[in-house]
Amino acid sequence: MTREHEIQVEDAYEGPVVQVTDLETGFKTPRGLVRAVDGVSFKLDRGKTLGIVGESGCGKSVLSRSVMGLLPSTNVVRNGSVKFQGRELVGLSGKAMRKYWGTEMSMVFQDPMTSLNPVKRIGEQITEGLRFHLGQSKDDARATALALLKSVRIPEAERRLREYPHQLSGGMRQRVVIATALACGPRLLIADEPTTALDVTVQDQILDLLQAQQNERFMAMMLITHDLGVVAGRTDEIAVMYAGQIVEKAPTSVLFAKMKMPYTEALMQSIPKLDLPSHTRLQAISGRPPDLVNPPSGCRFAARCLYAQDRCLDEQPPLMEGDTPGHLYRCWYPVGTPAGEEALNMNLRKNRTAAGLKAATAAEGVGAIPG
Amino acid sequence: MAGSGKAHLRDGALLTVEDLVVEFPAGRGRKVHAVSGISLDVLEGETLGLVGESGCGKSTTGRAIVQLPKPTSGSVRFEGRDLTSLKGNGLRDMRPVMQMIFQDPISSLNPRRRVGDIIAEPLKVWGRGDADEREKAVRDVLESVGIDPEQAVGRRPHQFSGGQCQRISIARALMLDPKLIICDEPVSALDVSVQAQILNLLEDMKARYGLTLIFIAHDLAVVKNVSDRVVVMYLGKVCEVGPPDSLFAEPAHHYTHALLSAIPVPDPTVVREDKAGVAGELPSPLAPPSGCRFRTRCPAAQDRCAAEEPLLREVAPNHYVACHFPLIGGPAPAHASVAADAR
Repeated sequence: MTREHEIQVEDAYEGPVVQVTDLETGFKTPRGLVRAVDGVSFKLDRGKTLGIVGESGCGKSVLSRSVMGLLPSTNVVRNGSVKFQGRELVGLSGKAMRKYWGTEMSMVFQDPMTSLNPVKRIGEQITEGLRFHLGQSKDDARATALALLKSVRIPEAERRLREYPHQLSGGMRQRVVIATALACGPRLLIADEPTTALDVTVQDQILDLLQAQQNERFMAMMLITHDLGVVAGRTDEIAVMYAGQIVEKAPTSVLFAKMKMPYTEALMQSIPKLDLPSHTRLQAISGRPPDLVNPPSGCRFAARCLYAQDRCLDEQPPLMEGDTPGHLYRCWYPVGTPAGEEALNMNLRKNRTAAGLKAATAAEGVGAIPG
Repeated sequence: MAGSGKAHLRDGALLTVEDLVVEFPAGRGRKVHAVSGISLDVLEGETLGLVGESGCGKSTTGRAIVQLPKPTSGSVRFEGRDLTSLKGNGLRDMRPVMQMIFQDPISSLNPRRRVGDIIAEPLKVWGRGDADEREKAVRDVLESVGIDPEQAVGRRPHQFSGGQCQRISIARALMLDPKLIICDEPVSALDVSVQAQILNLLEDMKARYGLTLIFIAHDLAVVKNVSDRVVVMYLGKVCEVGPPDSLFAEPAHHYTHALLSAIPVPDPTVVREDKAGVAGELPSPLAPPSGCRFRTRCPAAQDRCAAEEPLLREVAPNHYVACHFPLIGGPAPAHASVAADAR
């Protein structure tokens, strides 16, 4: 009774589904505090998809868990604000968060085998949330589960309900995980590398399915991936993360058309593309990301950046807005601007960036890497 | 998906694999048909890309070439010698010329040993050089793969990143001056920026040491980037063989076409109208379909595909396809196939 009342109140809420402000998440280790997420802000409206892109260790998965409140309670520092439907989540206890998990926000993980319980039937795993959160009777929950399996296009849904996860293929398992995540009708779905463990043809089917479900249910979705190709056609906005920070954020079409951050450009250039002839030399990014215990005081990408100047080493660029509204980036010498062009040309001419990177040879990808 | 058919084999190849069959017992008298009669060859100095989805038999093919394990039947000829007939010391003598690089760089290095020892091990096993010569060889090879030997030799694998460990694996594979290196998904576990470094490094090493590569991967764009010839596999059979540029620009096999159209393109302005998604899932390798193995998921399948197994035939210069009704080159003439039961 109270629950129904609560939902009605929330439906009247007009603002963004999630609003994250200056979120910081760190892990206490013997070496010091690892700042995995360092001052991230974004908001996400109903029916919209935000893509979060970055390489391993950039903090994208920690960000998603921090938004959901899924981090361990010890040795974790979580500051800033996560507002869900206008209500603050940072500081809530695990018990208070249970009200949100599954019903308000849910998550699809990378590996469908480990996110399903191997000793429980598919049917039980889907109905568990329906019975617990929505208080459905056994028969109702079963009928809902059947409808869910059909909606994620699992053939012979009736039979599948009685099967165990190992009897299903990887793609089918991920469909079950999605059905489970959608069971209680969440407003926010976080998909953390949902297709990385799958083959390309299956990946395509799963991404289509996520998109269809999102449109149908008018959910907000965060799509986390390392693959720029995955987010290109399927998001409204993209945030590129590097070393715990958002370094560029823009509507998807703007980001791909006019990327401003040298890291985004470097990431794009390092991908082998099908329309390039074979044996095309790839432009690798030399070096590796900084240590998140002691991040550099200047721009965090400076050591690997072909545009780097003295200023980049001393002064950390803020997230500034470019000429296109909503396009934010962290760079003193943005790509495609006169200042950026000049900085790049100067570095190429000298064959040295301010951080000591051999600019002209760096893109070749070989050469000693400082251990 | 015939794979039967050898129209694509060339003369004077470094390695020629014919009618390779690998089967694993699956209990109750059943067999997993992992690789079912494929033929391929690699010319000296060439990179052969082997591509397909998980379970298509591409890794099994790579392992069967180095006789780990020995194939169920078929021949693997390396410089004219049939490896499948070799045993004991005869086979051992062939080991240094063929090396492998694996997918997970961290687990393919022994965590308890120092990098210097790991790389020197092949020389010790084969008794090549004395301690000083070995040390010099280790330093040279580390430098050539872009790792500072001063810092690296005394450290253990966990002190390196994934990309650096893959460089160390490459260094180890180079120690015995191999002719052929089989790279089994060498970049799948790496981030895109590091992936580019390793792909560039492999190209450099290939030129510097005169290597021939077999490059196994599931990522078509990666395979296209490194290969001189690409073999597309499906469920233990060969679908299509060709030079990468024409194979990817104009795929002849419906499976290749479906694979290509499933790749997400990093450009939001690209709208794909010709999306040829494949329905359903990979059939069980315990009981593969008769005739063409792709027919159960193929949009162009007809009765003939179930009855007859298509043979590889040339549809464009150097471009071979095993399909009765390919996307280019017109349907196969009746004699270009064998009855399914003759398989």
